[in-house]
Amino acid sequence: MVGSKKAIISSIVMIGGVLLFFYLPILILMIFSFNDSRSLTSWAGFSLRWYQDLLSSRDVASAVTTTIIVALISTVVATFVGTLTAIGLSKSKKIVKDVVNSVNNLPILNPEIVTAIGMMLLFSAMNIPRGYITLLLAHISFSIPYVILTILPKLRSLDPNLAEAAMDLGATPWQALTKVIVPQITPGILAGALIAFTMSFDDFVISYFVTGAGVKNISILVYTMSRRINPSINALSTLMVLVITIVLVLINVLPMFKKKERMPIE
Amino acid sequence: MKKLIEFKNIVKGFDDTIVLKGINLTIHENEFVTLLGPSGCGKTTLLRILGGFIEQNNGEVYFDGIEISKLPPYKREINTVFQRYALFPHMNVYDNIAFGLRIKKTSEEIIKQKVEKMLRLVGLVGFEKRAVTLLSGGQQQRVAIARALVNEPMVLLLDEPLGALDLKLRKEMQIELKKIQKEVGITFIYVTHDQEEALTMSDKIVVMNEGEIQQIGTPTDIYNEPENRFVADFIGESNILEGIMHDDYVVSFDGITFDCVDYGFHDNEDVDIVIRPEDIDIVSVEQGKIHGQVISSLFKGVHFEVFVKSAHREWMIHTTDPVVINDQVGLSFYPEDIHVMSKLGAY
Ligand SMILES: Nc1ncnc2c1ncn2[C@@H]1O[C@H](COP(=O)(O)OP(=O)(O)OP(=O)(O)O)[C@@H](O)[C@H]1O
Ligand SMILES: [Mg+2]
Repeated sequence: MVGSKKAIISSIVMIGGVLLFFYLPILILMIFSFNDSRSLTSWAGFSLRWYQDLLSSRDVASAVTTTIIVALISTVVATFVGTLTAIGLSKSKKIVKDVVNSVNNLPILNPEIVTAIGMMLLFSAMNIPRGYITLLLAHISFSIPYVILTILPKLRSLDPNLAEAAMDLGATPWQALTKVIVPQITPGILAGALIAFTMSFDDFVISYFVTGAGVKNISILVYTMSRRINPSINALSTLMVLVITIVLVLINVLPMFKKKERMPIE
Repeated sequence: MKKLIEFKNIVKGFDDTIVLKGINLTIHENEFVTLLGPSGCGKTTLLRILGGFIEQNNGEVYFDGIEISKLPPYKREINTVFQRYALFPHMNVYDNIAFGLRIKKTSEEIIKQKVEKMLRLVGLVGFEKRAVTLLSGGQQQRVAIARALVNEPMVLLLDEPLGALDLKLRKEMQIELKKIQKEVGITFIYVTHDQEEALTMSDKIVVMNEGEIQQIGTPTDIYNEPENRFVADFIGESNILEGIMHDDYVVSFDGITFDCVDYGFHDNEDVDIVIRPEDIDIVSVEQGKIHGQVISSLFKGVHFEVFVKSAHREWMIHTTDPVVINDQVGLSFYPEDIHVMSKLGAY
């Protein structure tokens, strides 16, 4: 009994240590984003001046807009394409499924830097000027595998006869898709969309290589700003962490709501 | 009765294996037809060809005189109750049943009337708002039937709809299904591998094995006059033995010659013979045509299942009179209880 109590305590200490290791840097960054002085080590009182700096900086404003617009568009496109691909895959022969699945997993397992350089080379080979468009295309393409990966398990758990049942009752294949299959996998689609959004929102490596013509997202801006000491980075990073946290919480909380809805009403 | 569906020489293969080997079958209006056969014999495949979910490699399907092989499922006047129901989990009972009518853009007022009528038919009044995932197996099955029937199809396909239910509910639903079929007056094509279910419900039974039709007939035909060893064996427990048909009405087996009612075989043709366990009487040794020793007797509720070992084989006998184990007994049966079957299948 004593031994197991010790084990519990030591495991709590371990978890605490790991969490501290993960979150302490972020916590310090957040705290110092409210620091009144330029110093990154000594505390000089609470202030929002770095946030004001942010709001007044044109660079930051444009980076934020770029990030959000690219994230939104790439999420919508990647979710649409990914959903249809996943549904198509689930109806394909095993061999097609296996091949596409491994091709799909490749970009996820591949080091990001390889994908980044690959895309950069592709865009220059195809003579596409680097900028907004290339950034968007890259984000769409690296988000799709994640969408597919989140939706496929949902599809696998569906009754294989559902689409047939719908068509049996007179639905065209498109109606079967929109009225039966998609409503069934909506939680999966939402989760996929949120993941695509976070992937795009905080991407640095790939964005850095494929963008050009002064188009910067937040991550790139932070990187360029970090060359000289500038606490605005802290403020900006804090905001990013906030957005990502909100999205992650949504991903985890939404399914719980879905389950509640299904509870008997009577 | 009018011909409604005609399968002509249907062949279907998956990859390398041929699953249906030339099916010829005619189904009439208002018939309750059962496809009966062991697991994997191609029953579902045949149903899916009729439903339009897969296409045969060879042969034609006629519906009301028209070839329908190229017609997609949503254009066929056929509805299906799937093996595992395939109800739409995100819809309640009412919306599930209304699905087909809504696709056809029927007015909500008429939908309401029709759905209510269906709910009465399948005995689910008051369950409209219930989520289908919260229903019992039997209730889900009724929703599946209502969802199909509300579209007023000319044919209803049912793929082992009672497979998931316990014995008691199964029996109840069998009676109910038969009642529903009489009430709506449409053709039911029913798939099962349960011979008892087939015998109690059908107007016509199609016995299949390994992608081929073994026999088509009424339940009494199939039971009393199995055309071959497979059918005899599949429809109920039986004594199946080999014999020689010497002449019309004369057959011999186990070294004894018997009178029988079958004819039309070649002289001295080798044949299979079926004698049903309930057709054999246990009598005294002197009165019996064959004699042997009782080796076991099991009480089965209504009857005893008795095994008697004769010189050539063990006989299964169903009798209501208790017997004593190890006793010597005689076995007796009438000429019409000896069912002679050609080894080649059809006569
Ligand atoms: N899509 C498919 N791909 C490959 N083989 C298939 C496919 N569908 C069916 N088969 C094969 O065809 C054969 C017949 O299958 P079918 O489903 O028609 O059998 P069944 O008579 O309905 O059996 P059960 O009583 O078990 O439902 C089986 O051997 C099965 O493995
Ligand atoms: Mg089947």
